[in-house]
Amino acid sequence: MDQINQLLKLLENAESVEIDEFRMDFEELEINLAPAIARTVQQTVSRQQAIEKSMKKTMLKAGDFKPPIKEYPSKIAQVQLGDGSRKPVFLGGQNSLYRFEEPQPNPPVVTFDVFDIPMPGLPRPIREHFSDVMESPGEWAKKAVKDYGANLVTMHLIGTGPKVMDKSPREGAQAVEEVLQAVDVPLVIGASGDPIKDPPVLEAAAETAEGERCLLASANMDLDYHRLAKAAVDYDHAVLSWAITDVNMQKSLNKYLMKDGLKQEDIVMDPTTCALGYGIEFSIDVITRTRLGGLKGDPDLQMPMSSGTTNAWGSREAWMKKEEWGPTDYRGPLWEIFTGLTLMLNGVDIFMMLHPDSVRILREIGETFTKEYLSTPTPEIDNWITELE
Amino acid sequence: MAKVTAMDVYKLLPQTNCGDCGEASCMAFATKLSEKKADLILCTELDDKSFKKLDNLLVPAVKEILIGKDDKAKIIGGDEVLYRYEESYYNQTLFAIDLPDDLEESEFNERIKTIENIEFERTGELLKLDAIALRNKSEDPSKFAEAAKKLKSSKYPVFLVTLDPIAMQKALEVIGGDRSLMYAATKDNLFEMAELAKEYDCPLTVFSPGDIEKMKDLVFTLRSNGIDDIVLDPGTLTGEAIGDTLDNFVMSRRLAIEDKDEDFRFPLLGVPALVRLNNEDDEVKNGTMEATIASTLMNKYADVLILKGTDIWELIPILTLRQSLYTDPRKPQAVDPGIYEFGDVNENSPVLLTTNFALTYYTVEGDLKSGNASTYLLVLDTIGKAVDVAIAGGQFDGKAVADLVKKCGIEDKVKTRKMIIPGLAAPLSGEIEDETGWDVMVGPRDSSAVPDFIDEKF
Ligand code: B12
Ligand code: SF4
Repeated sequence: MDQINQLLKLLENAESVEIDEFRMDFEELEINLAPAIARTVQQTVSRQQAIEKSMKKTMLKAGDFKPPIKEYPSKIAQVQLGDGSRKPVFLGGQNSLYRFEEPQPNPPVVTFDVFDIPMPGLPRPIREHFSDVMESPGEWAKKAVKDYGANLVTMHLIGTGPKVMDKSPREGAQAVEEVLQAVDVPLVIGASGDPIKDPPVLEAAAETAEGERCLLASANMDLDYHRLAKAAVDYDHAVLSWAITDVNMQKSLNKYLMKDGLKQEDIVMDPTTCALGYGIEFSIDVITRTRLGGLKGDPDLQMPMSSGTTNAWGSREAWMKKEEWGPTDYRGPLWEIFTGLTLMLNGVDIFMMLHPDSVRILREIGETFTKEYLSTPTPEIDNWITELE
Repeated sequence: MAKVTAMDVYKLLPQTNCGDCGEASCMAFATKLSEKKADLILCTELDDKSFKKLDNLLVPAVKEILIGKDDKAKIIGGDEVLYRYEESYYNQTLFAIDLPDDLEESEFNERIKTIENIEFERTGELLKLDAIALRNKSEDPSKFAEAAKKLKSSKYPVFLVTLDPIAMQKALEVIGGDRSLMYAATKDNLFEMAELAKEYDCPLTVFSPGDIEKMKDLVFTLRSNGIDDIVLDPGTLTGEAIGDTLDNFVMSRRLAIEDKDEDFRFPLLGVPALVRLNNEDDEVKNGTMEATIASTLMNKYADVLILKGTDIWELIPILTLRQSLYTDPRKPQAVDPGIYEFGDVNENSPVLLTTNFALTYYTVEGDLKSGNASTYLLVLDTIGKAVDVAIAGGQFDGKAVADLVKKCGIEDKVKTRKMIIPGLAAPLSGEIEDETGWDVMVGPRDSSAVPDFIDEKF
């Protein structure tokens, strides 16, 4: 560094300097030395210049400011959930990535998970909110809507799983009927995830809920999705199209479903939610690519997206008791918020969730997506340095 | 603007393949440069003109700014893309914790200790905080300077948070600059702050709450006066206005990356601590909301965050999200396959099997260590896939396990021929037995139960 300082002394009153054989001006000097040093030199040089010339203390105008708004050739399809005796909820419909380009026509929504069996395995922070209603899907759904403001309810027919309680499709349909009676929000109907059992279970549920426009979850490559597509067409429902963090698989499945008679307006995609710390970056990348693909004109990707945010509760940071990590009561909901919010910021439209606080916070942020840029009162933060406690 | 390719770089290199840079050829060096894995100074053969051209070519869309000095130094900025799948985000978000200058001496020291000691281990990485944001809450310049003096010996770099140029100057004097991050220049104190930034060679934050058009003017004015080490704070508006904050962050970054707008090519700073401004909610609600805002801004380009909460339950998700966002999507996250040993092993110790996905391996490792288990762990090369992912993807099957057993030499280390496999691998137990000739015990689904399992079954 000493050498440099000497060099700088030399420079003090000169515009250029000669060193050994070659000559250079200020600009070149900075690049002839190692970058780190060059940077220091450059700063010192400008300091010198400042001392010599001191600043011109006039505020300058940088020229016209243009918000970086882009045109997208295509739109995301709008999917209606709920009809008949339900108040409809609309998903998707975006013609832009961000609201400063154009506010979203519909806010992201949350659907509360409800199960057809009491689910003793749910983490305690959730059980304590619902323990009084877990025996009855109808009461459970009512509580989610009345007390916690659910936009929709997801009826998971876990009990139909051959390894769970092996309930019949009819029994599943009865649980659906019970929830339809109990609440007037739209329903997502999920089965148990068994590739053989799911199609008949969802067919029975679809028939029971005819005309109510539910979302049937889920079609995937491992089961006979033709049957799901047909049930949706026959009884007027939408289908959740689930691929495992793979854009190409997603495109193929959507194509097949559309061949079976569904339209873009009848499909919601589930690109798979990897939870915070468990591969959330895979989900971010896939969701980003999917949404950009749709807006740029790929007809197989122009559907709204869904997230099984509840996956977050499978992460050990959410449920595992551990003194040095603090209480799970606070960690758990945050894990669900982080997982959902991250995906919401990258384009997901509907979230399947469990914890009332997580749901509330996600909705609060999601609702800003439909507002115009700078249309809400700006909080006064100019003096935060002295005002913050 | 298109990304710089190895070819673009190669064209400007001397193309002599002399090897001085440590690479076999200029093309290899060009590839490393374009991937940011080498430094241009390593090439000994460059003339000034080419160096300058290359240096310009390689400056990232968001300029890198150095905060702190010597071993405390951290770099922020450096991003080239808007979406991480396109390349990777560089230089992870810096977390600074707020420290008011009016705290009682003991409280003040206690808080510094807390900040410096917070850590959380995840997938073999120790996640920590980065900086201390000293805030001139007292509005007393001497008090601020006194507090700054105490931070000179702290482990982390310092932010000097005051809008009062006199306080700033006093603090800079005692701290000697040390590339503290100055927060902040506003439309009202711009030139005073600018002169201090020059005099002490410190990076300067521009604070323009809710108005990025104004922010652009302020930055332009600073740049015209020769100041280039700038950090941008477009204001962290919370509540319903979080939407505006997001818009401002995204617009700023888009202008930097897609339009190469010189006034926006700087790192972005957010202050999630502001959820606590005039807020009567309890500590849990505040901590939850602060973390929520932190995750919002980190997702949309914040390079620096100032937080107030130091509760570990609030920081764990924040630290984890940062780790996830900054993994390189081009690299599998894997550990070396082979035999790992825990505790005091001997020829009768149990043998466990897992995969080489970093998350899987380190989770299992953590559980074995905290359970004080003495055991061998065989790590299968599943090209960095988790247990059930690798089974579904075909990298984890009986044959692959048999190969591992043969090659790694475990059969020379233990007399037993009994292996515990992950609960999720239960369907493979038959084929593993057939292929390896070992007995297989199906272990628990979650590795946290492994130490107890060993105690009971061995
Ligand atoms: C992230 C993820 C991916 C990522 C990969 C991440 C990675 N590097 O592994 C990507 C997107 C690439 C992916 C791809 C696929 N995936 Co995937 N993926 C997941 C996801 C969401 C999380 C996996 C994870 O990170 N787990 C965390 C780690 C720490 O868990 P783990 O390795 O199992 O370790 C735990 C236990 O096994 C145990 N343990 C570990 N070692 C040991 C050792 C002993 C001795 C014991 C006792 C216990 C034990 O303790 C650990 C801690 O709890 C899961 C769903 C889920 N589980 O939530 C699906 C999931 C695993 N994937 C699945 C599938 C089908 C696939 C694909 C085949 C999809 C496809 N058709 O292309 C591909 C396969 C890719 C390949 N192998 O080539 C299915 C598997 C279904 C099944 N069981 O058959 C799952 C379960 C999703 C689902 N519900 O359908 N996937
Ligand atoms: S030092 Fe420069 S000229 Fe020599 S091989 Fe490396 S890049 Fe090529």
